[in-house]
Amino acid sequence: MNTPFDIPENPDSACRPPSAKDFLVDRIFRALARIGVALILALVFALIFEVGRKALPGMEKHGFDVLFGTVWDVNQGKYGILPAIWGTLYSAFIALLIAGFFGVSMAIFLTQDFLPAKLAAVFRTIVELLAAIPSVVYGLWGIYVVIPAIRPLTAWLNSELGWIPFFGTSLSGPGLLPAALVLAIMILPTVAAVSQDALTSVPMKTKQAAYGLGTTHWEAILKVMVPSAATGIFGSLVLGLGRALGETMALAMLVGNANTITVSLFAPANTLAALLALNFPEAGPTEVEVLMYAALVLMFITLLVNVLGSLLMLYAQRGNK
Amino acid sequence: MTDLSQPATALPSLQRRFEGRALRSIILTSLAWFTAIVASVPLLSVLYMLITKGGARLNLEVFTELPPTGFEMGGGFGNAMAGTFVMVGIAAAIAVPVGILAAVFLAELGPDSKLANASRFAAKMLTGLPSILAGVFAYALVVMTTGTYSAPAGGVALAVLMLPIVVLTAEEAMKMVPKIMKDAAYGMGCTRAQVIMKIVLPTGLPAILTGVMLAVARAAGETAPLLFTALFSNYWIYHDGSLAVMNPTASLAVLIYNFSGMPFDNQLELAWAASLVLVMIVLLVNIVSRIFGKPKY
Repeated sequence: MNTPFDIPENPDSACRPPSAKDFLVDRIFRALARIGVALILALVFALIFEVGRKALPGMEKHGFDVLFGTVWDVNQGKYGILPAIWGTLYSAFIALLIAGFFGVSMAIFLTQDFLPAKLAAVFRTIVELLAAIPSVVYGLWGIYVVIPAIRPLTAWLNSELGWIPFFGTSLSGPGLLPAALVLAIMILPTVAAVSQDALTSVPMKTKQAAYGLGTTHWEAILKVMVPSAATGIFGSLVLGLGRALGETMALAMLVGNANTITVSLFAPANTLAALLALNFPEAGPTEVEVLMYAALVLMFITLLVNVLGSLLMLYAQRGNK
Repeated sequence: MTDLSQPATALPSLQRRFEGRALRSIILTSLAWFTAIVASVPLLSVLYMLITKGGARLNLEVFTELPPTGFEMGGGFGNAMAGTFVMVGIAAAIAVPVGILAAVFLAELGPDSKLANASRFAAKMLTGLPSILAGVFAYALVVMTTGTYSAPAGGVALAVLMLPIVVLTAEEAMKMVPKIMKDAAYGMGCTRAQVIMKIVLPTGLPAILTGVMLAVARAAGETAPLLFTALFSNYWIYHDGSLAVMNPTASLAVLIYNFSGMPFDNQLELAWAASLVLVMIVLLVNIVSRIFGKPKY
C-alpha cells in the first residue's frame, strides 16, 4: 500500500490503514449497492415490459374492442372490460367519498388538540392496525358481517326511494355498496395518516395567529389549518384513490362479479382487479392475452393516479419549507 | 354607539349573548367524536368475529392436519401455514439483501445522484402497485416460463411487494444515523464499506429490522399475488421424502379465500380459524417491530 507517510510496522496494533483487501471489499461493496439500486429501476421496467409483451398479442387481435366491449364471454371469444373499468372507478370513488370524510375528520381529531396525548395515541394505533389486517380477512368479514348488517337498510331504501337511480335495485348478497364500504375501511388508514402528516407540518405560529384574531377552535381549523394543509390532504385523497383502484381481494369477494354497467349502489358489479383474480387461475392461452391487456390497463390507471399523488405530496412538502 | 363626550360611568358589558359560532363549534366537536368512534367500530368488529368464530374452532389439530375436502369433517391448515412460511421466506431472501444494498446507495453512496432519485421515485411507485399486478408479473415471468404454478413464483410476487417497503424504511433508518459517528470513522481512515458495515448498518439495525418485519407482515397477509402464481394445494410442500417446490403450494391467505365461498360449515369455520391465526401472526409482527424497532440513539 502506498501511503503518503510512514506508519511504523506493529502487527499487534489495531490501528492500521486499510489494506489492499479492504479496498477490494470497498469496491465490491459499492458495486453491489449500485446493482441493488439499479435493480429497483430494472424491476419497474421489467414489470411494464413483461406485462406489455404478454399483452401485445391480445392488443393486436382485439384492439380497442376490449376497452369498449361490454360482454365477457370466453366461449364466444368476446372479451369486453368496459364494465370492469367502470366498476373499478365507481367503487373507488364511493370508497374515497366515505374514507375521505372519515379519514380527514379523524386526522383533524387526532392533531388539533381534542384529546389528551395518550388517548390520541390509542386512536392512532386503532387506525394503523386497520391497515395491518389482511384484505382477505376483510373480505370474509364483509361477507358475513357487513352484507347482513346493511341489508335491512338497503331494502328500505330500495322500496321507499327506488326511483333514485342509486337505489334502483335491491341488494341480493354481494354488491357495490358492501364492497365500497369495506374498501373505504381499507384506505382509511392511508388517508388519515397522510392527512395527519399534512396537518402537523403546518407551523404552530399559523394557528396561534388565528387564535390571536379571536377565532374559535373550529374556525381556526376549518379556515386556517385545513386550507394551509390543503395540498397534502388532497394528496392523501389521491394516494387513497390509488389504493382503492388496485385493491383486489375484498372486491373479488364482495362486488358480485357481474359484468354490468350500473349506477345502482346495490347491484353487483365487477372491477379490473377482481376480473384478473377470478379469471387468471383457469385461463387458457387466448384468455391470458386479454387478461394481460386488462392488467396493463389497470397498471396504467393506478400509475397515473399514484404519480399524480406523489407529485402533489412533493409540491406540498416544498410549500411548507 | 357610545357618546365619547360624556365620561364613562360604567364599563361596557362584556357579557355577550350566546353566539351561533360557539354552537357550531360544539356540533362539529361532537361530529368529530362521532366519526372517530365510528371509524373504530370495524376493527373491533373484525377482532370480535375472529375471536368468537375463529377461536371456537382453534385447536392443535388445525395446525397439523391437511385441509378437508367436500363433506369431510375435521381437518386443518397445517400445509397452508408451511406454504406461507416457505413463500414469505423466499420473498425475504430476495427482497431483503437487494433492498438493503439499494438503501445503502440511496442513503450513503449517492443520495442525490440521478440514479438514486430515479430509483427512489420507482420505489415509491412500487409501494402503490396493486398487489394483483405483482401476481400478474410473476405469472408472466415465472409461471409462463416454467410452465407450472409453484412456491418460487409466489415468492417472486411477494418479493416485488416487499422490496419497496424494505428500501424506503432502510434508507430512512440509515439517514437517522448521526453524522458525527460516520465522520469519526472516516477520520480514522475507514473505507466507505467499512463505515457502512461497522457503523451505519449496526446503528440503524433496529429501524432496518422494523422495516423488514413490516414487509414480512404485509407479505404474509397478501392473497391476490398468490392466487395464480402459487395457486393452492391440498398436500404438504414436503411429502414423499422430497420438497415439492415446483408444485402448486398452499397458503393461509388463499385457503381463507377458497373456503370463504364454500357452502360447508366445516370449511367456513376453518376459514375463520385461519383468519384468526393469520391476523395474530401479522399483529404480533407489527407489535414486536414497534417495541424493538425504536431507535436507541
